[in-house]
Amino acid sequence: MAKSRNSIASILAAAGIVAAGVYGTASAGPDDNQLIVEGQSMVTEAAAPEGVEVEKIYSGWRFRSSETQSLQMDDFENPAMPLVDIGTDIWGTEDGAAGKSCQSCHNDASDSMKGIRAGYPKWSDKRGKPHTLETQINECRTDRMEAKAWKWESSEMLSMTALVGFQSRGMPVNVTTDGPMTKWHDMGKDLYFTRVGQLNMSCANCHEDNYGNMIRADHLSQGQINGFPTYRLKWGGVGSSHRRFKGCMENIRAVAYKRGSDEFIALELYLASRGQGLSVETPAVRN
Amino acid sequence: MWKYSAVLLAALIGTNSAIAADTAPTDVKINEGEISSSLTGKAGDPASGREWYAGRKLGNCLACHQTTDLKELPFHGEVGPPMDGVADRYEVAELRAILVNSKEVLGDETIMPGFYTFKAGVRVADKFQNKTILQAQQVEDIIAYLKTLKE
Ligand code: HEC
Ligand code: HEC
Repeated sequence: MAKSRNSIASILAAAGIVAAGVYGTASAGPDDNQLIVEGQSMVTEAAAPEGVEVEKIYSGWRFRSSETQSLQMDDFENPAMPLVDIGTDIWGTEDGAAGKSCQSCHNDASDSMKGIRAGYPKWSDKRGKPHTLETQINECRTDRMEAKAWKWESSEMLSMTALVGFQSRGMPVNVTTDGPMTKWHDMGKDLYFTRVGQLNMSCANCHEDNYGNMIRADHLSQGQINGFPTYRLKWGGVGSSHRRFKGCMENIRAVAYKRGSDEFIALELYLASRGQGLSVETPAVRN
Repeated sequence: MWKYSAVLLAALIGTNSAIAADTAPTDVKINEGEISSSLTGKAGDPASGREWYAGRKLGNCLACHQTTDLKELPFHGEVGPPMDGVADRYEVAELRAILVNSKEVLGDETIMPGFYTFKAGVRVADKFQNKTILQAQQVEDIIAYLKTLKE
């Protein structure tokens, strides 16, 4: 055992030298590109938050190809922007028995929703657990508008989370993890390090231990969520962070938790805390 | 029709007898980082092993290990060390142990999956419950392939 451990360590050291010649793949690490969207400079790298075992934190944008990167640098090319427009229409449209729209209570989204995305998930006394943007939006719909709740991954919900998130674009992720949130943060952290599925991997195996490395055709990022909802070329559409968590779990041959489940809310909170200080990029573009 | 079922029957018998001769995953013992005898009692076939090694739904070893011998294929991963020269570094019995359950040989922390073990993570998807990633003969075939990767 000790013998084979040693030989592996020395071979791994040797591997570092060879790794430059990977066939058909980019080289390791995030690139040095700067994300400037419509003249606004985004923070795509920051000091690692306390307790996060990486040298620095990086936005997933820094790991994408220059073609994918450029789609996010110009709002006319960003394929997620139409959702923000749809969200704006819905914002002002009355719905439900109370005859109200979002605007009836919140006026102009560009004022009232500024900075909101950056602080979610957020504790809700009423729920006795954290609110995600989705659950908060649905609470407004059912309790104040007397309208039907939207499904998590519906186009209405994605349009609204895109519109609300867009009002925080460029602002640093800043979630609260103390007080009643501590328990949820710790639960998310547990899930992040738990090995799941037949392939027996945790989120950390790929996104903490191996970011910057190629796994087949994929350049592994840190799995940050500062860009959600995100347009993903592979989806051909926009999706929530919970959709992404589900996809990653299914890839490792595990039964994923449900969107909106306590587990995914806890994971969302923990991931947000791992991205403290990165700019909100909503709506981002990934491949 | 008659012909068809005869072929089917032969195929079924073939599969059954192959599995019956395999050492069950729960009976495989790793001894000081080694498993000395073949899991199937048969030698591996390097040409098939090369296929399982690269196959995305099988070993998918290439997802993590760069391999010059397979340079005609795109997208070699960088998560694990390159496999060039692995034949010179490890004996067959050591490779078998690494493939069966990497965690027991390379350490608990490794990202590399165990390919012939039921020791998996929690919440294994239904269709993979109590299944190993590879069949015993596929493990033997991959070992035979790895033994061709000399520096
Ligand atoms: C086998 C490797 C692997 C594991 C394990 C894994 N992921 Fe991923 N994940 C990927 C790949 C590949 C991508 C796409 C490229 C990238 O951004 O890393 C990705 C992307 C993501 C993204 C999108 C990042 C962005 O910038 O938009 C998030 C969020 C994410 N993963 C979260 C998770 C969570 C949470 C878990 C655990 C439940 C997990 N991942 C487990 C491979 C993995
Ligand atoms: C998800 C990533 C991953 C996959 C898939 C994977 N490995 Fe590995 N493998 C590793 C890592 C990482 C190491 C190095 C040990 C460590 O640090 O964990 C390793 C080590 C090894 C070693 C010892 C290498 C040496 O030079 O010391 C062998 C042999 C090996 N792997 C063979 C295989 C084969 C064959 C397959 C497919 C059947 C495979 N691996 C699939 C990640 C992987």
